[in-house]
Amino acid sequence: MVLPLFFQGALAVAGKNVRIYYTKPPVFIFGLLFPLFLFIAFFMGRGLALSRFYPGFLAMTLFFTASSVGPLITPWEKRDRTYERLLSYPLTIGSIILGDILAGALFGFAISLVILVASLLIFSLPVGDPFIVLAAFLLGTIAFATLGTLLASPASDTPATVMMLSTLVRLPLIFISGIFIPLADLGGAAQAVAYLSPLTYLVDLFQGAMNGTGVIGPATDLAALLAYFLLFGAGAVYFQRRNVMKGL
Amino acid sequence: MPAIEAHHLTRRFGSITAVDDLTLTVEEGEIFGFLGPNGAGKTTTIRLLTGVLTPDTGTIRIAGIDLRTDPLPAKRCMGIIPENSAVYSDLTAIQNLTLAGRLYGLPAADRNARARSLLADLGLADRADEKVRTFSKGMKQRVSIGCAIIHEPAVLFLDEPTSGLDVQSRRLVTGMIRRMHDQGSTVFLTTHNIDEANTLCTRIGIINRGILAATDRPEILKQTFDTTQSIEISFAREIDPSVFSHPNVLRIDQRGDKLRIVTDDPDRAVKYLAAWADREGVRIASLNTLGPSLEEAFLAITGES
Repeated sequence: MVLPLFFQGALAVAGKNVRIYYTKPPVFIFGLLFPLFLFIAFFMGRGLALSRFYPGFLAMTLFFTASSVGPLITPWEKRDRTYERLLSYPLTIGSIILGDILAGALFGFAISLVILVASLLIFSLPVGDPFIVLAAFLLGTIAFATLGTLLASPASDTPATVMMLSTLVRLPLIFISGIFIPLADLGGAAQAVAYLSPLTYLVDLFQGAMNGTGVIGPATDLAALLAYFLLFGAGAVYFQRRNVMKGL
Repeated sequence: MPAIEAHHLTRRFGSITAVDDLTLTVEEGEIFGFLGPNGAGKTTTIRLLTGVLTPDTGTIRIAGIDLRTDPLPAKRCMGIIPENSAVYSDLTAIQNLTLAGRLYGLPAADRNARARSLLADLGLADRADEKVRTFSKGMKQRVSIGCAIIHEPAVLFLDEPTSGLDVQSRRLVTGMIRRMHDQGSTVFLTTHNIDEANTLCTRIGIINRGILAATDRPEILKQTFDTTQSIEISFAREIDPSVFSHPNVLRIDQRGDKLRIVTDDPDRAVKYLAAWADREGVRIASLNTLGPSLEEAFLAITGES
């Protein structure tokens, strides 16, 4: 009885998030423009081979898009006084968080898929192993959307503060993840640090599937993404429950 | 079966005990008014009863369902109208109502028709497809009411539902409360408006410093806690209240062009006032004697007189 109610609630919350938050300027700026500008700044005018860096760029797009919706929702709702009402509906903190994750994951999945398909058609890039790419898409969007929800956990009712904090967390993860310097070229301490970023495993999955240059191996990459998803999810539930009344 | 049962609820925030061992039962079909001064624990209590907060100790049952062990079925029995309308301004009125219907588990086929019908009842049929951000406060509150009653809840919680509304919206809200009550819903209402509580509620609870200080029917509370009576008098010209001095005149409140004189002996006070007016040559425009008031009872219970 309770299990279907839990998922019904999560789907309703996800639907509400899609309607309201996809068109918010911070999602557009931090989810779409930011990775595009990063790519342009890094790639343009340097004569780099697109096929070599494309997996990293795709992973970065997926990372930014999937993790850009989550940080916005809770502070926005606390500011607009809708969060308390949401808590009084037949929902739990868990179903609200799952709804936020689903909305973020869907956003990341859809935008990244459009970029993937467009890139394949325009630049004739190799598609590689479609099953690995699909698994990477699914697990990557869910893990990073969960990270986005975890980043919404501070008690602030000011969306701009949370978005700044989320950028502060996400940017270092980009720089240590083997996007700008492929993991195979990193050595020693740099490679050890790269393993701390969840994005590293997604980049490695795409590199392996598209270019055959993966270093870690798809099974380990997928397991690592799953572990990060569970870690971020547990953190989001713990911190959002702890901070539930703050900012109301 | 009681609609709301709370047993020994306690909730602390750090060293502050916001709700202290509160036990309360609201029977099915009642309109229960919950009054208290600012910071008395009203909002914390309503948050506990609606499942927004969990108590440190104590149990809550809504329509017989334990809120702690079965929160989702228990919450489906409730409708909540918060103080600050709390509707999504980026959604249209109809989208807000259908979202609420979906969250309360209404079948998709019923949601839209029920939402349209409710919006018509609430006087918003022609604004149904407009975003709520363009609405006035009263209109947002009507959307909020629609969200709370779309599933025809067994128990309706209202937190200051008429606070800051104009006369039309206030009447519409109180009319809707009465209608929901007539249709069988139990109503739990917090308000600062004592007249509203007096005219709407079948029973009243007064909370003070986190403790439920009194619970009874409004008339019983008045008779028990307000042993004084009042005279409301208006003169044809403005009179300084300080000119009145009589052992049976306990207190004088200026209320617009009227003076409300609290007395323990209306007969002597009326005779004194009439004699004073006659002596000073001042015409009395109106004079009424009033029985014990809920406001005086509230002040006596909360010790704020």
